[in-house]
Amino acid sequence: MILIGLHLAIFLLYFERKGSALIQDRVGANRASITGLGKKFGIPNLGIVNTLLADPIKLFTKEDFVPAGADHFLHTLAPFVALFPVLITFVVIPFGDTITIGSRTFGLQAANLNAAALYLLATIGIGVYGVALGGWASNNRWALLGGIRATAQMISYEIAMGLAIIAIIMTYGTLDLQEMVRMQGGVWFGWLPRWGIFVEPIAFILLLTAGIAESKRVPFDLPEGESELILGYMIEYSGGKQAAFMLTDLAEQALIAMLLVTFFFGGWQVPWLYRDGFHLPGGLTIAVAPLLVSIAGIVAFLVKVVMVCIFMGLIRWTLPRFRYDQLMRLGWKILVPLGLANILITAFVVVVSGGAH
Amino acid sequence: MHTALFWFLAAVSVISALGVVLQRNPVHCLLSLIVTLLAIAVMFIGEGAIVVGFLQAIVYGGAIMVLFLFVIWLLNLGVEIGPTGHIALKFFGTLAVAAMTAELMAFMLPPHLEVKYAGHVAGYGSIDSLSQKLFSEYLVAFEVTSVLLLVAVIGAVALARRTSASEIAQNADDSARRAQGAS
Repeated sequence: MILIGLHLAIFLLYFERKGSALIQDRVGANRASITGLGKKFGIPNLGIVNTLLADPIKLFTKEDFVPAGADHFLHTLAPFVALFPVLITFVVIPFGDTITIGSRTFGLQAANLNAAALYLLATIGIGVYGVALGGWASNNRWALLGGIRATAQMISYEIAMGLAIIAIIMTYGTLDLQEMVRMQGGVWFGWLPRWGIFVEPIAFILLLTAGIAESKRVPFDLPEGESELILGYMIEYSGGKQAAFMLTDLAEQALIAMLLVTFFFGGWQVPWLYRDGFHLPGGLTIAVAPLLVSIAGIVAFLVKVVMVCIFMGLIRWTLPRFRYDQLMRLGWKILVPLGLANILITAFVVVVSGGAH
Repeated sequence: MHTALFWFLAAVSVISALGVVLQRNPVHCLLSLIVTLLAIAVMFIGEGAIVVGFLQAIVYGGAIMVLFLFVIWLLNLGVEIGPTGHIALKFFGTLAVAAMTAELMAFMLPPHLEVKYAGHVAGYGSIDSLSQKLFSEYLVAFEVTSVLLLVAVIGAVALARRTSASEIAQNADDSARRAQGAS
């Protein structure tokens, strides 16, 4: 699962370079290639070698520099403190139902915790320290400013995120992510998939916003702010350690996308596909083998995650950066009250309808 | 929980707790405290008190310690240099600590405090059993605590406000009079 997360992060890196170029009408990375192989066959250079091979190799072979006066131990520790919580969060994401190969049945979730939603909040909360320490240990004013900004931003938006997740927990009546996804199977009115987004649209917007803020992407990239803080808390990092920080951001984005898919887009559920095959709205039934259903679930999960990632990319390349007071006002004066109101409404609906979901 | 795991976590939490007291850089002290809290959270989870463990990680590890970090940054606390305090103070302080340790040992070492492990009841440590208890048996205490916290928050905001409403009005009056006097 961690590997899927990392691959997604690499995909995002590629998308970051070429997708942004596409949106902003630029050419983007297109220089490196292996012996001009693509040119020989007339394939346009898509920049794959550039982004997936040349960039990482360049980063990892650079000198690992620790500035004078910096706290050497913490400076080294910080990128790992940042990366570790994100990676261990991937284990609770269900990426499929059970799969039966031969006579053995596997659950497609690396760790089936029954308090997974709490686990998420805990790991995301601890993720703040990497950035904060990176900023502090660098012995650099810009880095410290970036670190302080990142910390303030992340704990502010964590509250909005927590409130959104509370409403989701109330809706599904469980903390188990796999259970939540199972509940999203089936249809309403004979055609509409029972996805979370149709029940909790406000929570979706909250979690999307807070999630982008949490992963420190544009328009919430104040901690990095190239034009004002010259990369903020990362300013004194080079080589593999900076790569770890960048990977943290990308992996966090992939994680947020997975969470959104799990909570709101039915996780691995394919619309109208049940254990025994498709039951289309028109009453048409197509039988599908159980193994294929399991595989279709995994594929559907990945496709959904990639779609959400691309959507987040579109936001990233469309909106300008917030000003700091705007950021705080959005977090505390709009998202938090909205989250509280959403919890109240959800509680009311759950009580009136006499049960979860 | 596996015994080896318990000893490992116990060692981590005790060593890092010592680090909180013994280190001179406030940020290092704070980090040691975070390690202590997280080690204890993992212990809770290992003992089956899953919700309490995660709440410890979220509330103490993830939120309160970040605020401590902020306070340290904003107060700009430097590294404590050299010994502080009078020699007599240290002498009596050491004596008091030794006495305290001896007392605690006398109370806590076996056979006074034997490990009483009764086995888990069904649903022990899950969020269901916790919330059942909280919202039935301890409902009054729970609600009173939340009101108390709310009062504390409002009080903190009221104290932290630089100027009260009457002072703002007073300032406005003053500046208006000054403007009149100037004209």
